[in-house]
Amino acid sequence: MNDINVLKSLRKDILLAAYKAGEGHVPSAFSILELIFGFYKQLHSDQQSLAGKDIKDKFVLSKGHGALALYAVLAEFDYFSKTWVENFAQENSLFGGHPDWLKVPGVEASTGSLGHGIGIAAGMAYAQKIQGNNSKIFCLIGDGELNEGTVWETCLVANHHKLSNFIVLVDQNHSSDRAIKTEPLQDKFRSFGFLTKSINGNNFDEVKAIYADKSEYETPRAIIAETIKGFGIKEMENNPEWHHKTPDAKTFESFMSQLI
Amino acid sequence: MRKTFSEITDQIIREDEKTVLLLGDIGIFAFRKTIEDFPLRAMNFGIMEQTMISFASGLAKEKFIPIVHTIAPFLVERAYEQLKVDFGYQQLGGNFISVGASNDYSSLGCTHHCPGDVAALLNIPGFEVIVPGSQMEFKEAFYKKYANNNPTYFRLTEFPNRENLPFNNGQGLKLKNGNAATIIAIGPVLDLVLPAINNLDVELLYINQIMPFNRELISSNCKSNKILIVEPFYSGTILPYIMESLRGRTLLIEQAGISRDFMTDYVTISKQQDMKFYQEYNILEKISRLIGSNS
Repeated sequence: MNDINVLKSLRKDILLAAYKAGEGHVPSAFSILELIFGFYKQLHSDQQSLAGKDIKDKFVLSKGHGALALYAVLAEFDYFSKTWVENFAQENSLFGGHPDWLKVPGVEASTGSLGHGIGIAAGMAYAQKIQGNNSKIFCLIGDGELNEGTVWETCLVANHHKLSNFIVLVDQNHSSDRAIKTEPLQDKFRSFGFLTKSINGNNFDEVKAIYADKSEYETPRAIIAETIKGFGIKEMENNPEWHHKTPDAKTFESFMSQLI
Repeated sequence: MRKTFSEITDQIIREDEKTVLLLGDIGIFAFRKTIEDFPLRAMNFGIMEQTMISFASGLAKEKFIPIVHTIAPFLVERAYEQLKVDFGYQQLGGNFISVGASNDYSSLGCTHHCPGDVAALLNIPGFEVIVPGSQMEFKEAFYKKYANNNPTYFRLTEFPNRENLPFNNGQGLKLKNGNAATIIAIGPVLDLVLPAINNLDVELLYINQIMPFNRELISSNCKSNKILIVEPFYSGTILPYIMESLRGRTLLIEQAGISRDFMTDYVTISKQQDMKFYQEYNILEKISRLIGSNS
């Protein structure tokens, strides 16, 4: 199956899990799916090669409400069974509405309260750096999360310690526009000492190129990923009504048919 | 206590390469040699307590042992959610050492007071809370506990007891036998308690680790049903644990501790010790009332 078809299949998993549970932030998961899939695809590919067998790059989902996408991708890479979709967010499940690193294999941090994961990820990057390891720590945050002061505190710290192995991915799906405008994001991150790049976060070729880049940098980086919240289902795209809403049976069938 | 903290921490940083010291822009002079010798593992993190705690949990996630230090209200109250989520919920080990216990920084105003720190931390499952009464207790506790893989709070005070007691692995101590009542003293209030009970037929129990709470110390003693709890933080903080330890008994309980008021009179430290604390605590009067009452 090619990448585009895998991504469609993962969107179906996400939708099915949310439908069965009557729970989940589906549009957030859809906006970040390419970004998460790209990381694990590259990691998997690196670790298959002899030279990359020791690569221990890590991914922290700071916007924990996108957990559905993380679970779908981790299952795709065999961290656990695809049966996760059957009991997502149900009693005694391993898979909550926000990820728990003590329960779910492959999850690096228990997130959900915004503005925490990025600080945790920076600490992880610092730990790698002072041990002389070249592992990179990727951290995905949301544009709404940029409202949290701890995001910018962490940027100060990352720049001060020249955490060149620390890469912040911003899911710029514009969900924050109704509250606080965050643009121009590249200028903001640059002023904090980050190297920046803007990509289309739902274009998998552009996403792949980020993770395939093995250049050595001297500063932390910020990738501003322009995404569409709810990408893949027209009724959901950029529609705030769907932020934390799950489909009924009829709508579910209609949405699934769009993902073929 | 602060000097003891800097000395023992310097020693630990030198001995244990998995430790990392994060200072919230305080204690920099005391730690100047540590920072100079170990710039990667001892740093002035700056004034951003929430991020300092999250960052520390990232270090813990990667098997380092963070030692985080700043003033109590900024460490506990400002960064409370980070302590709860990043360490408590994630079950990661770390050390949090505060200065400015309760109203120690009385003249600096209420922004720098923190009599609610212990009560707040008791709401985070898995947190160990240590309230040493003397320098030696702290030294022993810190050396024993810093690598315990639990989030652990050490509450330093500017006013330790004159007598150094053993930490006793946080199990507490029975310091005096007596029948008329039991006095339960926490950490640095011991110096307030001892003169008041000198010639009285009362039992004295001493606690320097609040959580995990040693119920056995309470349940196997406290022969009298008359109990006075003397706390160096908000009065009533440990009452539920005493009640739980003595479940099923009818008790007459008096409490002495910090009252739930903002202390806005900038009373000087020495006066606070001499006057206000004694007035608030009023230990002798409370004991007399307790002993004289019918239970």
